[in-house]
Amino acid sequence: MSAAAQSRDVLVAPDTSSRLRRREVQGRVLRGLFAGATSFAVIVLAVLLLSIVLDGYDWLSWRLITEMPSRRPEEAGLLSALMGTLWVISLTAIVALPVGIGAAIYLEEYAPRNWWTRILQTNISNLAGVPSVVYGLLGLGVFVNLFGLGRSVISGALTMALLILPVIIIASQEAIRAVPLSLRQGAFALGATRWQVARHHVLPAALPGILTGTILALSRAIGETAPLLVVGAAGYIAFNPNSLTDQFTVLPIQIFNWTGRPQDDFKHLAAAGIIVLLVVLLGMNAVAIFLRQRFSKRW
Amino acid sequence: MRVMRTDSRARRISPVALVMALLALVALTPVLRAGAQDATPAATVTPYEAPENVGDLEGSIEVDGSSTVAPITEAVAEDFQEVAPNVQVSVGVSGTGGGFERFCNGETDIADASRPIEDEEAALCAENGVEYYRFEVAFDGITIVVNKNNTALTCISVESLADLWTEGSDVTTFADLGEGLPDEEISLYGPGPDSGTFDFFNEVILGDDVAPRTDYTPSEDDNVLVEGVSGDENALAYFGYAYFTENQDQLNAVAVATESDLSNCVTPSLETIANGTYQPLSRPIYIYVKAESLTRPEVQEFLRFYIANTGTLSEDVGYVAAPAAVYAGAQEKLEGAISGTVEPDSAATATPES
Repeated sequence: MSAAAQSRDVLVAPDTSSRLRRREVQGRVLRGLFAGATSFAVIVLAVLLLSIVLDGYDWLSWRLITEMPSRRPEEAGLLSALMGTLWVISLTAIVALPVGIGAAIYLEEYAPRNWWTRILQTNISNLAGVPSVVYGLLGLGVFVNLFGLGRSVISGALTMALLILPVIIIASQEAIRAVPLSLRQGAFALGATRWQVARHHVLPAALPGILTGTILALSRAIGETAPLLVVGAAGYIAFNPNSLTDQFTVLPIQIFNWTGRPQDDFKHLAAAGIIVLLVVLLGMNAVAIFLRQRFSKRW
Repeated sequence: MRVMRTDSRARRISPVALVMALLALVALTPVLRAGAQDATPAATVTPYEAPENVGDLEGSIEVDGSSTVAPITEAVAEDFQEVAPNVQVSVGVSGTGGGFERFCNGETDIADASRPIEDEEAALCAENGVEYYRFEVAFDGITIVVNKNNTALTCISVESLADLWTEGSDVTTFADLGEGLPDEEISLYGPGPDSGTFDFFNEVILGDDVAPRTDYTPSEDDNVLVEGVSGDENALAYFGYAYFTENQDQLNAVAVATESDLSNCVTPSLETIANGTYQPLSRPIYIYVKAESLTRPEVQEFLRFYIANTGTLSEDVGYVAAPAAVYAGAQEKLEGAISGTVEPDSAATATPES
């Protein structure tokens, strides 16, 4: 028996080792390729950040966020754009968050699994892939003209809310789906209603995932320009919005306005503006991470 | 096509009238004065004088239109805010066409325009009962540029420009443009079809029925064109004068001659663009004001401020001021429009005033 095993070893071993070597080589090559893919993305990002920081660093100052835009680059700031962005994003969150989470709860906790919900589900996924400018046209037609809201903060915010709603719904659904079934069953066993289960058990457990998804969606919205241009964010505004129906502009539009100027100084100013936008973005992502860490300890 | 023709006529009338006005100013002889007729009002721009209650003015003024004119309107709005802090001016950049669409739908008070209104747009205004006045705010000179190291091509005739830019053009090298020029292939850069500069260039250089060539590198962003030409020794492009002056260290401007034998080359400069000798590529740029909005005191003050200061402010942001006589005339027209003694320009779209 041992002799038979040995002879088989002898017979088979050279073959395995050559195949093994080939597989190992293959593994190493692919590992290298994947590492390359990762570092490519990171290097591009690093180069981009570096060139922006080099371009804009000297123009970075508090003046940038305390002053209104100006034709003189050394006096120009983007206060009105920053305030416009904050208004639009806050309103977007106020509108999109309850609607998005509500839809996700319905789809995951209440809706029966039939062809109708499958159609709904497919459409929501498709909506997430619709180009943003299409939402802009929708907002122009519905909010600006049909509802008569005009080219205002609220029109912009409602349009943005529509834009990120599918993303929020999908992210929330996934977070809700990840909540263990046993948690629901335990509550049901104690006589809780569907709403009580969702409200007291599923939602708290899914909250970190929902918040992360929402904030990432909002971060995407913050950099959007096209839909807001369509619903009429102005290129130049030297006053902050004070009400829902006021005119507004946002950071990316102000930055775009500056990059188109012939004077070289405005290009540096635009780079500095991009740094401000990045800081706002990173700040939002930091909040997302903080919330996830904080709330995930609860269960 | 009829639409375009009417417009190009309108565009050509005003520089002629300007030249006449200038001649009258310089010569100051009664004969010439009579010759220039109504085109010579008071020769100097009256400085803006704020009325006492200007700080109490409130309201918002909506401007939208050409991205070429926007920097001027923005500069005016910026300074006006110091005069009347409670008046909120917003400036959009929907493009001349987009701006007119909103203006004629009655959505905005003022339209920024890098060309005169077209018949179709005027018809929309008429349909919606929007009457308007037009004011010239500055000049822009479209500049033909080549790389700094290209010192061979210094002047080009309108005819050669047309040959070069027409659809299916067989001009491929500089040598094709004239004798003695290097036998190097030209790389062409220019604005894309959404640009007012593109429309204007094609209209005055190629004419109405001729399509421009498409085998060039287009960009709506003039800064991209500047970079293209500064990095390519054999490049040639055209774009607004402001983008040339800001990048003179990397670019050379090519003079333009209306005669094909290059006997009257004119280099674009503040002077030649403003006095209309840089032909045919200098163009006036405008604002259109809704007559109804002119009944609002904050709009009246904003426009008084605009006309009085646009000369200096347009130069601040890289454009060329029109001669003082143009602004003086505009001031007179504005006061007439406010008091209701001057008919809106929309009343006579077929023959716009100069």
